[in-house]
Amino acid sequence: MLEARGLETFYGGAQILNGVSVHAGRGEVVALLGRNGAGKTTTMKSIMGLVVPRKGSVRFSGQDITGWPPFRINRLGLGYVPEDRRIFKDLTVLENLEVGRQPSAGDGPVWTPERLFELFPNLRDRQDNLGSQLSGGEQQMLTIARTLMGNPSAILLDEPSEGIAPVIVAQLAETVRELKREGLAILLSEQSLHFARAVSDRADIIEKGQIRYSGSFAELDEQPEILRKYLAV
Amino acid sequence: MTTVMKVSGLSKHFGGVRAVQDVSFELGENQLLALIGPNGAGKTTCFNMLTGQLKSDSGSILMLGKEMTGLKPRQIWRLGVARTFQITETFASMTVSENVQMALMSHEREMFGFWARAKDRYVPDALELLMQVDMADQARRPCAELAYGDLKRLELAVALAHSPRILLMDEPTAGMAPGERKSLMALVAGLVGKGGVSVLFTEHDMDIVFGHAEKVMVLDQGELVAAGTPAEVRANPLVQEIYLGQPARIDQSGDEGAADA
Amino acid sequence: MSDAPFYFAQFLTGLASASSLFLVASGLSLIFGVTRIVNFAHGSFYMLGAFTAYSLVNALPSGIFGFWSSVFLSALLVGLIGAMFEFVVLRRIYRAPELFQLVATFALVLIIQDAALWIWGAEDLLGPRAPGLDGAIEIFGERIPEYDLALIVAGPAVLLAVWLFLHRSRWGTLIRAATEDREMAGALGVNQSLLFTAVFFLGSFLAGLGGALQVPREAASLLMDLNVIAEAFVVVVIGGMGSIVGAFLAAVLVAELNAFGILVLPKITIVLAFIVMAVVLIVRPWGLLGKPQAGQHGAGEPEQPLRPLAGLPLVAALIVVAALVLAPAIAGDFMLVLLTDFLVAALFAASLHFIMGPGGMISFGHAVFFGLGAYGAALLVKFAGAGMIVALAVAPLCAAAAGVVVGWFCVRLSGVYLAMLTLAVAQIVWSIAFQWQDVTGGDDGIVGVWPAQWAASKAAYYYVALVLCLGGIWLLHRFTHAPFGYGLRAGRDSSLRAESIGINVHAHQWMAFVIAGGLAGVAGSVFVFSKGSIFPDELAIPRSVDGLIMVLLGGIKMLFGPIAGAAAFTFLEDIVTRLSYWRAIFGGLILLIVLAAPDGVAGGFARLTTRWRGKALQAKP
Repeated sequence: MLEARGLETFYGGAQILNGVSVHAGRGEVVALLGRNGAGKTTTMKSIMGLVVPRKGSVRFSGQDITGWPPFRINRLGLGYVPEDRRIFKDLTVLENLEVGRQPSAGDGPVWTPERLFELFPNLRDRQDNLGSQLSGGEQQMLTIARTLMGNPSAILLDEPSEGIAPVIVAQLAETVRELKREGLAILLSEQSLHFARAVSDRADIIEKGQIRYSGSFAELDEQPEILRKYLAV
Repeated sequence: MTTVMKVSGLSKHFGGVRAVQDVSFELGENQLLALIGPNGAGKTTCFNMLTGQLKSDSGSILMLGKEMTGLKPRQIWRLGVARTFQITETFASMTVSENVQMALMSHEREMFGFWARAKDRYVPDALELLMQVDMADQARRPCAELAYGDLKRLELAVALAHSPRILLMDEPTAGMAPGERKSLMALVAGLVGKGGVSVLFTEHDMDIVFGHAEKVMVLDQGELVAAGTPAEVRANPLVQEIYLGQPARIDQSGDEGAADA
Repeated sequence: MSDAPFYFAQFLTGLASASSLFLVASGLSLIFGVTRIVNFAHGSFYMLGAFTAYSLVNALPSGIFGFWSSVFLSALLVGLIGAMFEFVVLRRIYRAPELFQLVATFALVLIIQDAALWIWGAEDLLGPRAPGLDGAIEIFGERIPEYDLALIVAGPAVLLAVWLFLHRSRWGTLIRAATEDREMAGALGVNQSLLFTAVFFLGSFLAGLGGALQVPREAASLLMDLNVIAEAFVVVVIGGMGSIVGAFLAAVLVAELNAFGILVLPKITIVLAFIVMAVVLIVRPWGLLGKPQAGQHGAGEPEQPLRPLAGLPLVAALIVVAALVLAPAIAGDFMLVLLTDFLVAALFAASLHFIMGPGGMISFGHAVFFGLGAYGAALLVKFAGAGMIVALAVAPLCAAAAGVVVGWFCVRLSGVYLAMLTLAVAQIVWSIAFQWQDVTGGDDGIVGVWPAQWAASKAAYYYVALVLCLGGIWLLHRFTHAPFGYGLRAGRDSSLRAESIGINVHAHQWMAFVIAGGLAGVAGSVFVFSKGSIFPDELAIPRSVDGLIMVLLGGIKMLFGPIAGAAAFTFLEDIVTRLSYWRAIFGGLILLIVLAAPDGVAGGFARLTTRWRGKALQAKP
């Protein structure tokens, strides 16, 4: 479904990604774990075409999308939920959804604002509020809902649980599972091990722009030294 | 212990979001104090208020016996408070040495000199500072060519140029290699140990925090939720919960959630 | 009491003028909001709208239908031209530094100027009155033209239509989203390129409409473009970039100021608008309804650390200086005049580069300082009977004083606001010089400003120019290498870091404006004695753009770039201006340069050499 191979991405002279490879299949949730600055967000942006990797390739839906502009990648059915949410603050909730609306490109589920309000009931009461009037949690829901309006078959979820109240985090976990049931491929970047474990099928651990571990959570639990080395407290 | 910085009731709102809420703490002389918290907890906002980059909504900041609220960053610096940035801020079009020389020239109030060759000012002093952070061999390289870890060390040299009494470091080791991190923090700890400078830093790397800080404060959702010695903070269940998420609640709601071993 | 009806009528006239101004400004604001391009050619679109409407009104059957369809068709045509320009030129340079985009749109100004001259001639063309609206209505005893009343309605009507479009249609929603965060909109599947073209169409359409609607009120003339663009910039700055409602409020404000100002200070009403703009910017640096802007884009690779002039470059510089010193021995009078022009241009460009390169601030009105130096010298000679030496010494101080005022505002603004403010200042000073006939001689300029006896020969004056201009350049070079220049660059590289090591970035930038202003003034005063006369043209926007082109030609990151740029420019201009329609040719040349080397001439050169090297490598087995 989605496969990135050997991504090497630079910002100016600084190499951020050092040959990152990740993949996710239909209905699969893959957690990209790592600390701040490990390269999670850059991996996401490189896949989405927001930064162009110097080396490596991205395949999605049977096509080589390396170097495509983001809007074409999106229209092929790959959704992107940025870490910093990037809600359009001067637009209402409904207008934010409208910006994300795209005809369905493939076999992903089809979303309408009404269906999304079922998934995110908090947004229903806020549909005419401006983005700037939402709380952090509501913004996080809106940014996911907005991406779903593009009817994607795969999404990149960048640190959805960051800075969100625990109740909402639980709700988000449920949302991710729901999307998995709908058959979406999800690449989820996280710092929170528990959130990732609760929703993902497997884990890739990234550190200093390289994948250091790739496998199941069960295997990971047997290697606490990996956790400590790359993630923990 | 003498207090060099006393923060009381510091608050900041952005629109409807409470970024920092009623934060109060003290930094003692020759103390190495860490401020930690998950992403988005308000560390950087808090930091920017201390450095004068951001105006607080309310609260007061006393440093070295003077009220700092409302002062500009450059005024705070003149009073003996230096800082480093989370994402390095250096002068990319200058050499490594020149970056340090700038701080030295500024300290000597030479910035409005129109005649001297800036390149030749305080070269030995700059070299000495660079030696402290183990960067002397790179003194003549263009700053734009440096690796990220080296930029971080350069920032420290620049911050030390006017012999500050307080040093504020926003994620001093972010983006550095593990070995580099340790040596940088060992260096900072050494400076504090020698006396004369007190350090407040934010940090994500827990080895650094728990390995070096004398006291750790935990910020979550804009509020200080815990403070104490590293051991105390580590033993605090609330802090663990904040960092690793709340397993209980997520798993309850899940129908196929993995069990938390 | 008896004056009340008159004032009311004046008020209505103001409102009627506000409508056209609003149309232009709203288009400018929309385009900037989405594409971050300051479209210099927007005034040209307005002018094109007026000329086209004039032709169509005369060509189509007269009558209400004919008139309004001409107005609409003109706007449509102008919209299409705007979209085409976006599609052909701008699309290729969105990633280039801001300066390239600005210069590209200015090239279009030049081309449209000559195209209009070629099609419609140099005469002002007054269109017929609007059928059905050619009478006047008496209100409180004052006769108000019906057409004015129609325009008063048209302004808010267009505001409403644009507002509804932006808030009630999908395209409008996408435009607002892209105004806020282009990249995110792209990641959500919004095709930016298409959106940009559409916005350019809409913005140009509005400008064309503004011009077309003006035809029955005001003669279409070749001066319309730059006049209206300066006013539109003022409006957009006051209203806030990207805000349509702000543009409307500001247009009303500025138009009313003009309407009433004309009663008090008939000749210099635009000064009033400037004062209002200044006040607004002090209170609200992002305009009435504007929002603070995110950082600027496309800074590109950082420049190399400065090296003192030594080794081969020093030898080269000394050879150039020696050649310049020896030039009178071999060069004829004509060549000496050209070399004097070059020296003046070099100091002018170097002083602009000081603000733009080390200072990192874009100035669009650098000709102000040049012109003030020139006019200062001429006025000193004319009214104070000063000699050449006194004039050359005092006039630059006038320019430096202007630097104090302009700089004070400028350092409080960033990026595009700064560019617009400097441009507006330049246009205002130009209009003062143009209109204040008693002092400046208006369009006739000031003539008979000749050098002192001892410097009367071409060669002697050449040496005066050589000493002053090279001296000025040397000073700038010295300042750049001094702590002050380093402080300036520090503020540009990272104002956060600079402020946090005690450097007062604003004070440095302000001082840079004063220095650059003073030295541009030196160039201006040297210029006036070399020509013996001064005309308002030397203060006008094109002169400012000349400076920008020189800096661009030489490469902004090169310390000696502006001098090379000035040399290329002076000799190129000397050849091109002998041709008719030289503006269009020059505009075409600029476009060619911008398109061929969107990463700078120096960058383009570097690319060429790497490509060549790459080929050479491939050729080897």
